[in-house]
Amino acid sequence: MEHAHEEHHADMSKKLIWKVFFYLLAITCLEFFIALALVYHGPLEKGPLVNFIYIVLTLVKAYYIVAYFMHLKFEKMGFIVSTLIVFVFIIYFIVLLLTEGSYLNIHLNHVFS
Amino acid sequence: MSTTVSQLDQVKSGPWNGGRSPFALEYGKIMMWFFLVSDAFTFSAFLIYYGAQRFAQITWPNPDDVFQSIPGIVDHGYPLVFVGIMTFILIMSSVTMVLAVEAGHRNARKEVIGWMIATIIGGLMFLGCQALEWSHLHHEGYWWGSIPAHYEGIDKIGAQQFANLFFTITGFHGFHVTTGVIINIIILFMTVFNVFEKRGSYLMIEKVGLYWHFVDLVWVFVFTFFYLV
Repeated sequence: MEHAHEEHHADMSKKLIWKVFFYLLAITCLEFFIALALVYHGPLEKGPLVNFIYIVLTLVKAYYIVAYFMHLKFEKMGFIVSTLIVFVFIIYFIVLLLTEGSYLNIHLNHVFS
Repeated sequence: MSTTVSQLDQVKSGPWNGGRSPFALEYGKIMMWFFLVSDAFTFSAFLIYYGAQRFAQITWPNPDDVFQSIPGIVDHGYPLVFVGIMTFILIMSSVTMVLAVEAGHRNARKEVIGWMIATIIGGLMFLGCQALEWSHLHHEGYWWGSIPAHYEGIDKIGAQQFANLFFTITGFHGFHVTTGVIINIIILFMTVFNVFEKRGSYLMIEKVGLYWHFVDLVWVFVFTFFYLV
């Protein structure tokens, strides 16, 4: 139980922790810059392009939290696959329900408004 | 012939041949991961339903209008500032949690105590901010089943769905933060009373840390889909 987890400790040093923190902070600041300077006070419109950028930045942040803070990057490959593979269903669920939502937008609102 | 037999007799030592964990992880930690996967499914379901509703309604309240105050300081004109503070607090408390885990690896009890206290304070500050945010929105007229009387959008049902989902999802997240803070306090007391020192390992800090980072992870998504998009 002890030696099982002692082997992969060298890789999460204080230096790396602060480095990851600054990455997370920088990405968050970038999101605020886009949202406030470019969209709210600036020329950009809210829409698919900006949303795409936000989602990509969010996924990058999620990667850093899961890989480094939650230490998943340093686990065995078999474990990484067994935890992450199920999210295929979540991706499929997103596609399904957003399709459903767009369908309702066209057809339901037609009837009610 | 004899060589074949001796090959069969050889003890296999691959990771999947039994006798040890193929993942080289302790049981409780694997179970914490699988719990978090299932919890991630719950949050995904909430957020995906939110997305579906947002796609389905004609209009949706603009987050820059709904969240434009810093409770207690200014009433309008500053979108994202307050939630920015909340996000920073949560990221910061995630960092102090990893630092506690790191100190645990070195069996540095004093440092673990210090970082755990910092993490708990961060969690409580986040909860305080969320309470302010909720009460502010409640005063504006948003709540489960109600929207402001002066709501200007065309689609009142959309605004209603927004209010319901905002309070449900941030509430469920806040509930996770609350349980996280309680678990952190328990772990802090266990550290103070030398439980892990006697056990010889601070592995429990890692398991609780996983849960705490997960709470931060969920907030990253809530922040994007409620406040930015």
